Amino acid sequence: MPDLRELYQEVILEHSKAPRNYRALATANHKAEGYNPLCGDHFTVYLDLEGNSIRDISFQGSGCAISKASASVMTQSVKGKTRAEAAILFDQFHKLVTGQSPANGNRAELGKLAVFSGVSEFPVRVKCATLAWHTLRASLEGKQDTVSTE
Amino acid sequence: MTTAAARLPGESRPADPRDAGTEVDVQKVRRDFPILRQRVRGRTLVYLDNAATSQKPQVVIDAIRLYYERDNANIHRGVHFLSEHATEEYEGARRKVQSFLNAADASEIIFVRGATEAINLVAQTYGRTNVHAGDEVLITAMEHHSNIVPWQILCEEKGARLRVAPISHSGELLLEDFEKLLGPRTKIVAVTHVSNALGTITPVQRIIEMAHRRNVPVLVDGAQAVPHLKVDVQALGCDFYVFSGHKVYGPTGIGVLYGKSALLDAMPPYQGGGDMISSVTFEKTIYNKLPYKFEAGTPHVAGAIALGTAIDYVNGLGMDNIAAHEHELLAYATENVSALPGIRLIGTAKEKAGVLSFLLDSIHPHDIGTILDHEGIAIRTGHHCAQPVMQRFGIAATARASFALYNTREEVDALVEGIQKVREVFS
Repeated sequence: MPDLRELYQEVILEHSKAPRNYRALATANHKAEGYNPLCGDHFTVYLDLEGNSIRDISFQGSGCAISKASASVMTQSVKGKTRAEAAILFDQFHKLVTGQSPANGNRAELGKLAVFSGVSEFPVRVKCATLAWHTLRASLEGKQDTVSTE
Repeated sequence: MTTAAARLPGESRPADPRDAGTEVDVQKVRRDFPILRQRVRGRTLVYLDNAATSQKPQVVIDAIRLYYERDNANIHRGVHFLSEHATEEYEGARRKVQSFLNAADASEIIFVRGATEAINLVAQTYGRTNVHAGDEVLITAMEHHSNIVPWQILCEEKGARLRVAPISHSGELLLEDFEKLLGPRTKIVAVTHVSNALGTITPVQRIIEMAHRRNVPVLVDGAQAVPHLKVDVQALGCDFYVFSGHKVYGPTGIGVLYGKSALLDAMPPYQGGGDMISSVTFEKTIYNKLPYKFEAGTPHVAGAIALGTAIDYVNGLGMDNIAAHEHELLAYATENVSALPGIRLIGTAKEKAGVLSFLLDSIHPHDIGTILDHEGIAIRTGHHCAQPVMQRFGIAATARASFALYNTREEVDALVEGIQKVREVFS
């Protein structure tokens, strides 16, 4: 049986209570909205892109602990990264939470994102963990439609 | 069949009068539901998601199996033994529903897929015939999406207007506002009998009286009421009443539309096909009489028969006994859950049935649901297909525990302990 503490790790709980980069970004030149109507998770991701580089990133909104913590840790992880680097991180993160990454495979590169490894044992919560990331991708691609992972 | 199930009325035996008027022996009842015996995530299953769907007693499961093992044939058309027998069983189920709702005539009972299809049927037939540009359809602010969207589709097509009667902060219909919204352009009222998100029992009797004074027909969505309350459509005087079999211990895919025969007679058919016709030529088709006019194609025969068995089952226990047991359980749950720190109940109407919706601190209901699931406790989290209710309370979602005749005080205690566990995880 999956361990609840694997899902609700201290880092996740702490980020969900005190999310980082939780504000509207005055200098944002990109933004996108993510919304999962069934659970009610609803976030806006703001980006300050300089060329291909994410100079600054922030988010606002509401959702469950997993979705909020994921958004918070994501902003920390991709700040200062290029689009391509962020895309690779998303790919690795997605593999992690869907149980497709080899044990200890990319954990080192994932850094703090590795705390979400427990999500793979809770398939219905994958959509929570990936909502912010899909929203980030939409924002990078300049898409106007609201993103959903439901 | 278990001993306990054998004691209960079978497919065709009448209810044992010794069972009526006795209180629900919940431990005995639980043995009738095989699914409740299993363990989930290493713990005994505590099933508190009955407003989404109820579990099935062995007699209902047996009725489906027996139908396919013994009786399966198409109905209303065969001359052979099996077809005749299947037709008798199917029509027998219709009479059971008639008596369950106390409808005046069995031809007023239309078998459909569920409450949703029943509402769509009325919107697309009665609605399309009688609602025109500038007219109004009146609903309440606590409807399930299935009693909103079919009317929106109708209003959009016709250029009509959907009016919504507001509810109070406790989740009660504001009757005075409702009455003010009943106007000369109101062509139909559609209202829930029990709110699936809040548990509120609405004052349908008074709603119907108000509407009828203005000659406006009323559809009552009984999906959440039928499992918990004794329903008498003649006493209510409602024009349409709908419910789903799977919420009242029957199978999925079968439900009921009750309609007054004068209204049903005047309505055009919903779907065309076999069984709903008397004669067909390429020039003209003559529709069948009620109820067959609204039952195009081969229906869910097994489902209808098993719904009849489910009705026998609840009649055997007695709807009044079931209502009393659930009322006591809901009161116990309300008292114990609301005593916990950080709890906010959503839906605190005086008259409630079956549902306890709540929030815990600022913890998202989805997280509550995952942690309770880990304890083997099944609840529903989310907007419960009633997003306007969530908007009314300025929230995205709630956690909802909903009760059935087989739930116990021990299960409520498990829920209370589970909620404390949620707080521990998030402390």
